[in-house]
Amino acid sequence: MRRVVVTGLGLVTPLGGDVETSWANLIAGKSGAGQITRFDTKDQKCTIACEVKPADHEYGFDPNKRVDHKVQRQVDPFIIYGIDAAGQALEDAGIGELTYEQSTRIGCSIGSGIGGLPGIASESLVCENKGPGRVSPHFVHGRLINLISGQVSIKYGLRGPNHAVVTACSTGAHAIGDAARMIAADDADIMLAGGAEGAICPLGIAGFAQARALATEFNDRPEQASRPYDKDRDGFVMGEGAGVLVLEEYEHAKARGAKIYAEVIGYGLSGDAYHVTAPHPDGDGAYRSMEMAIRKSGLKPEDIDYINAHGTSTMADMIELGATQRLFGKDLGGASMSSTKSAIGHLLGGAGAVESIFCILAMRDQIVPPTLNLENPDEGAEGVDLVPLKAKKREVRAVLNNSFGFGGTNASLVMRKI
Amino acid sequence: MSETAERVKKIVVEHLGVEAEKVTEDASFIDDLGADSLDIVELVMAFEEEFGVEIPDDAAEKITTVKDAISYIDSHKG
Repeated sequence: MRRVVVTGLGLVTPLGGDVETSWANLIAGKSGAGQITRFDTKDQKCTIACEVKPADHEYGFDPNKRVDHKVQRQVDPFIIYGIDAAGQALEDAGIGELTYEQSTRIGCSIGSGIGGLPGIASESLVCENKGPGRVSPHFVHGRLINLISGQVSIKYGLRGPNHAVVTACSTGAHAIGDAARMIAADDADIMLAGGAEGAICPLGIAGFAQARALATEFNDRPEQASRPYDKDRDGFVMGEGAGVLVLEEYEHAKARGAKIYAEVIGYGLSGDAYHVTAPHPDGDGAYRSMEMAIRKSGLKPEDIDYINAHGTSTMADMIELGATQRLFGKDLGGASMSSTKSAIGHLLGGAGAVESIFCILAMRDQIVPPTLNLENPDEGAEGVDLVPLKAKKREVRAVLNNSFGFGGTNASLVMRKI
Repeated sequence: MSETAERVKKIVVEHLGVEAEKVTEDASFIDDLGADSLDIVELVMAFEEEFGVEIPDDAAEKITTVKDAISYIDSHKG
């Protein structure tokens, strides 16, 4: 079996326009939450989000670094975030000029959960109010989910598999797992894998609020709103951004002297077959997803030192924790488990990829990021290290990342240091 | 430069993200300014909005340079 390692990372998050800024702010315990600035939130039940900050902000994102002006005008934010994160990852991996033969062995699998909702919403008003003849000729390909992979392949000349996962909030994790399998199956030597989201718009916030998924009691205290496992949690805070990893076949990476961050050793997937938005109360799907990932990795649960939880700050947190305890033991076998959604919000289709990058950096720096706002843990969390409030130095040899999505779709990834 | 020319050039700079000096009257949208066929559709729509003119598809197909656009607009605007 061909082994798959991670050789490049790229991030655009509410805590930074690149990997190191995002990570430093995360470890420092900063929150990316605030009042929504993009639109008037009058009459919205939820008025807060974790927005990617503008370029002039202390930890803002400058789209002009890697995305052409013309493309920026034509596409939705999730595509801009995805192109930039992919560019960062390629630069980090030292992949530049390619021969034609090399380019046919490098592919893209960068997905999104929602896609171009802001653009669909605004262009539908143009169609309605000004007529079909005023709809932009760039409307369709500026909104389609696979157009991160499409744009990135065109910009960097990547002629390998071109794919895009769409599994709601599991997208990022599925994209990495599936891309790793494409490398293992010899479809490619290198894959850009990850996810992106940019759905902070009136329709996106209203839709999730109406589904009773968003925090609505913290509009006056945005930084306290995302509080996974805390007794006072009442929903998630929407985030946005992108995470993209360069996955590479191990011998290929070694041969070119690439820096190797981690090895992807386990991937688990399952379906709940239960409800469109609520997880199975027993955590059955989550359990089987984690169990498969660990079984495939060849590790034992006690080998995992850090778990980056799905932990959205909803009622589902305790279901995930219960399933994890069933697999790892009441105290998680000494593993630390935190939810970084407490700091950056829920990046939906980007979450699994961004959080996998945080897992990798936890192994690199031997420190685990905190669960912010965890002041009064809910019943059932006793004896579990949920890394409340502050990052924690500890040994981190292997990690598990969980992502669960609407529709009852679950994905888990296991990675280790090599 | 006529007022029409100035407004046309401003739209071209904004939509195609090119430097203003490159938008000469002889510049071809595709050969000199990096536009593709969809960009031209979008530019024509922007001209229609800006100047309140209708540019039918068969006329739009003949607009290949900055000068073509200025001439069409000047001879059709109300």
